[in-house]
Amino acid sequence: MADMIKDHILDRPNSYIGKTIPRPNAKRLLSGRGTFTDDVKLLRMTHVAFLRSTYAHAEIVSIDASAAKESNGVVAVVTGAEMAEVCSPWVGVLSHLEGLKSAPQHALAVKKASWQGEPVVAVVANTRAQAEDAIELVEIEWKELPVVTDMETALDADTPLIHPELGDNLAWRRELDVGDVDGAYANADHVIEETYISNRHTGVCLETRGILADYNPGEDQLTIYHSTQAPHMMQSLFAKHLDIEEHKIRVICKDVGGSYGIKVHSYPDEYATVALAYMLKRPVKFTADRLESFTSDIHARDHRIKTKIAVSNEGEIQAFEIDDLTGIGPYSVYPRTSGIEANQVVNLTGGQYLNPNYRAMATVVLQNKSPMCQYRAVGHPILTMITEGMVDDAARKIGMDPLEIRRKNLVPDDAYPYTAPSGLPFENLSHQASLEKLVKMMDYDGLRKDQAEAREQGIYRGIGLATFIEVTNPGPAFYGVGGAPISAQDGATMRLDAKGNVIVEIGVTEQGQGAEAVVAQCAATALGVTMDKIKVIAGDTDITPYGGGTWGSRAAGIGGEAAVQAGKALRQNIVEVAGIMLQSDPSTLDIRDNKIVDLADGKERIELSEVGRVCYYRPDTLPKDYQSELVVTRHYVPKQFPFAFTNGVQGCYLEVDTNTGFIDFKKFCVVEDCGTVINPQLVDEQVRGGVIQGLGGALLEECLYSPEGQLLNGTMADYLVPMAVEMPDIVVGHVESPTLDSELGAKGAGEAGTGGAPAVVMNAINDALNPLGGKVTVQPFTPERILQAIGKI
Amino acid sequence: MTTVIEQIQISATVNGEKVTRLIEPRLSLVDFLRNELELTGTHVGCEHGVCGACTVRVNGEIVRGCLMLAVQAGGTEIMTIEGESDGGEIADLQKAFHERNAAQCGFCTPGLIMTTTELLKTNPDPNRAEIREYLSGNYCRCTGYEAIVDAIETVATERKGG
Amino acid sequence: MKPSAFNYAKPSSVDEVLGLLSEYGDEATILAGGQSLVPTMNMRLSAPSLVIDINGLAELSGISSNGESLRIGALTRHVEIENSSEIAEHAPLITMAMPSIAHPAIRNRGTMGGSIAMADPAAEMPACLCALGAEIEITGGSGARKVAATDFFKGLYDTDLGGDEIITAIEIPKISAGYRSAFDELARRHGDYAMCGAAAHAKVDGLVISDLRLVFFAVGGTPVVAAAVGSAMADQTVDAISIVAAQHAVEDDLSPFDDLQCSATLRMHYAKELTKRILNTLAAG
Repeated sequence: MADMIKDHILDRPNSYIGKTIPRPNAKRLLSGRGTFTDDVKLLRMTHVAFLRSTYAHAEIVSIDASAAKESNGVVAVVTGAEMAEVCSPWVGVLSHLEGLKSAPQHALAVKKASWQGEPVVAVVANTRAQAEDAIELVEIEWKELPVVTDMETALDADTPLIHPELGDNLAWRRELDVGDVDGAYANADHVIEETYISNRHTGVCLETRGILADYNPGEDQLTIYHSTQAPHMMQSLFAKHLDIEEHKIRVICKDVGGSYGIKVHSYPDEYATVALAYMLKRPVKFTADRLESFTSDIHARDHRIKTKIAVSNEGEIQAFEIDDLTGIGPYSVYPRTSGIEANQVVNLTGGQYLNPNYRAMATVVLQNKSPMCQYRAVGHPILTMITEGMVDDAARKIGMDPLEIRRKNLVPDDAYPYTAPSGLPFENLSHQASLEKLVKMMDYDGLRKDQAEAREQGIYRGIGLATFIEVTNPGPAFYGVGGAPISAQDGATMRLDAKGNVIVEIGVTEQGQGAEAVVAQCAATALGVTMDKIKVIAGDTDITPYGGGTWGSRAAGIGGEAAVQAGKALRQNIVEVAGIMLQSDPSTLDIRDNKIVDLADGKERIELSEVGRVCYYRPDTLPKDYQSELVVTRHYVPKQFPFAFTNGVQGCYLEVDTNTGFIDFKKFCVVEDCGTVINPQLVDEQVRGGVIQGLGGALLEECLYSPEGQLLNGTMADYLVPMAVEMPDIVVGHVESPTLDSELGAKGAGEAGTGGAPAVVMNAINDALNPLGGKVTVQPFTPERILQAIGKI
Repeated sequence: MTTVIEQIQISATVNGEKVTRLIEPRLSLVDFLRNELELTGTHVGCEHGVCGACTVRVNGEIVRGCLMLAVQAGGTEIMTIEGESDGGEIADLQKAFHERNAAQCGFCTPGLIMTTTELLKTNPDPNRAEIREYLSGNYCRCTGYEAIVDAIETVATERKGG
Repeated sequence: MKPSAFNYAKPSSVDEVLGLLSEYGDEATILAGGQSLVPTMNMRLSAPSLVIDINGLAELSGISSNGESLRIGALTRHVEIENSSEIAEHAPLITMAMPSIAHPAIRNRGTMGGSIAMADPAAEMPACLCALGAEIEITGGSGARKVAATDFFKGLYDTDLGGDEIITAIEIPKISAGYRSAFDELARRHGDYAMCGAAAHAKVDGLVISDLRLVFFAVGGTPVVAAAVGSAMADQTVDAISIVAAQHAVEDDLSPFDDLQCSATLRMHYAKELTKRILNTLAAG
């Protein structure tokens, strides 16, 4: 047995690491030949539509489905009580969020509905239209219950309890107090208080949630096509709640039309669909329509945060304090819980600054509104907005330039490894270097000059800066330790087939960010083949190694590393056989460009396909005591650090029309440090897409609720998402601080753009409005709020 | 059900192929294409006419497939993304989109490419603002639009001979 | 959502349409461009038993010149109007407003008649027609008639159109010598329903405005002819002082409403901002 391959992935010849390669699997999307879940058709397929509660809180007194059952094309009508016999309820808590409590939740509401949009009755019919026709014939007697829709009063003594058995409407509270905050206040020159609000919004994936389940009793197999990010997790959950063994369930992800975290959660209507297929023993398809998507997709980012920052006249930040109140739904979502977003706010507020004095309280309260859970950049948009908002508040108070105060207070680049006051360990970040790079990229001094000249003309332009930390490549610390069936490790199986082509089966999944391409680039580089020889298979629990899917920006860092290790291990096995075939020492051989070559000078020896031919068709020509193995699997999980934290900084220059409150972007720059960059274009496009998504929340998106818990703007016409005209071009630059926790050194990049965007645009607006004495603190920063801030209305 | 719904037979030419089907009047054009003809390249994103994912060409003009009844398409010539692609007319757009990563999840892509084909027909030399304006009715959540604008600009320049 | 089931008819004559309307009454609805109707059916907010597709009535389509006025068939698509050189020459206000109407795919199907029959408060065409002193041609059970645009729009989604009538054409007086038009709207995103919009038509001589018809939309249930602003600007030079006076006068003309997108206060503020812009545009020629 030759020595293990010793070369380093970043030293490989003909390397794809750091190369912009167009994604091989994108071609089908460009010709209309993708397969999204709704595109899949099965024999005798039926469609389910759900009667959803129109009340935010109401008791289900009685259900009469008799007329519905007789409606054209109807196959079955199932109520909550009937569904509960097949599908057990769940509770969205994790043990590491101590004290988090939630009531059991069913696939279809049983005794009462607790949010407008909660599924109550399932109607299965030959067509979706027929199912909807039948829904109109279901008669339900409701008894309205008092609603809880104001998070400020959710815990008041006279506020009704959503789940009386829980004792109150508190889902979770977390408190943190480190350093000496009160001492800092006593000594500080200034203590500035401000209240920031991030309003509830949602993901609006263009492809709505979809699932197609089929049960074949002849095989005792449930096959589920699911537009999800985490097929193994879903397999586990469906198995648990339908009481079926996991290996009897196969979850397949076809093309997924955007997910951003919305599709990493488990949903009652999806459990119901799978249960229906199991009950009816035929395919049942559920494709959410846009109206039900607005009320049934998870919502996020509904926070009111009271903040305090202590600062000296010289610009030293001496304390941060936050009191974060967030309203979730009536249940904590399962299995990742609705406490993680607030947890992130507590964990990372102020984390990029040297200040050691930090006090935080997070209060997570139940509401009769759509359930809430993780959405791209989880908590980071909020915590970055308040952190960077506080820092700008401090800068304004002492008359210091916002760039200067950041230079003074950011954790220096040579301070690592460094532990934040909240206890989170940072391996290596580059706040200072990233900031200086941004300053050059955006020509900060030039912009200040332009701003001053414009002000003389009565034109109000502002510069915003936002430094941020973003969590990526999560290990078990995120979910596993709390008891969730979410794999922190991923594996790659690589095999060389007889003709020299390579199949890579991977546990991370693709939703358009380029996970498959990045994995292929890593695999090809590690093995020594060209990209065109590689086929990546992802998103199938029967075929790929058990894994965690894609979320928390983990696909490149974790999936990529698994592919690297698998590629190296396969190369080891191949050069062993080649060594036998060529009668050379395997340690003198390498694989480059699909050929076995001499390591020393790259001299070509034989084609990889020759190795395949011999191993598969002519094993008789190999020694009797030797067995070739052209399939290998390697796994990877980050071990040294619980997460691979990344950092970056965004800079924005914009003009506020003080007559209309409209914003015009002049310049938008991002410097992102995600460690080793595998595919520069894919990373930059994640940053761009992420920023625009963050700008949506910052400027346009808000779930508007009536006091009765009715979502008022749940259509594409009323809920405003970013469209092409109003959005900026973005210049992206990089600093690379690789993680040493993997050979590849790649951290994640998918969420950073979203994390920093609300902060940078708020700071830019407030910088523009500063001479007029106004500031905005409530997101989205609409024209109305901007004009109110400067007293125009 | 008290009313008897009369099904309607329609014939249309879809991607050059004559098709005839008996359908319910309420069937939308996009559902007809996807479910009856199994041309699943055109997507449904909202059914309100706002997101643009269902954009197809009818008698040479782009329309929202979710806002047109299939029965209205009788006797028309319909072009979907599959037809545009197989026919080769968007080869340069596909290449530019591919190289610039202007398609991520791909769900908006067919409707967006359809809209782009019409843009370049009406204005072969659009500037970036004009491109953004023409695309203002196509929602993309993944790319943030810049890569798409870049790709279209590249194609417009190439077609000019630049 | 899928629409509720309905039957479908595609008449080949106006008489046939009227016959169906009188037979089915409330149960029937006219389908023209479908860009407003079909979304409501896709939400089951409207559920007609019979959809009457009038797209086969070629005689209701087209732009023609009628001496002193232009005649636009009710079924004329927005895109045809947008690209019409006749409209650009004789009714430039309409051409100015067109790019604000939704998006190209919508304009390829949406019709002038459909837009005004729907009478969405934020629609551009009703306001333009009021500003231009247009007349709506209607035909129905009791024969043909004409209604001034300003009398046609009665309230929120409420027009003078009877249940047994359809719009056949819109007649717009050609722009006279010495007159100019101006159009502006404020929307959160390009193509969205306006938060506030203004369509204007006035005689302009140098910087002096007269016969100003300024019509606001997205401010109330119907387009509002700003008569007080018109009076305030009668034979006035457009300058900083007259603009301020005009903006004050807006308060006499409008009582804007609140909705999800925009408060009444903001609407009023925008109406004043648009007044300033419109006056400056008219004076700038």
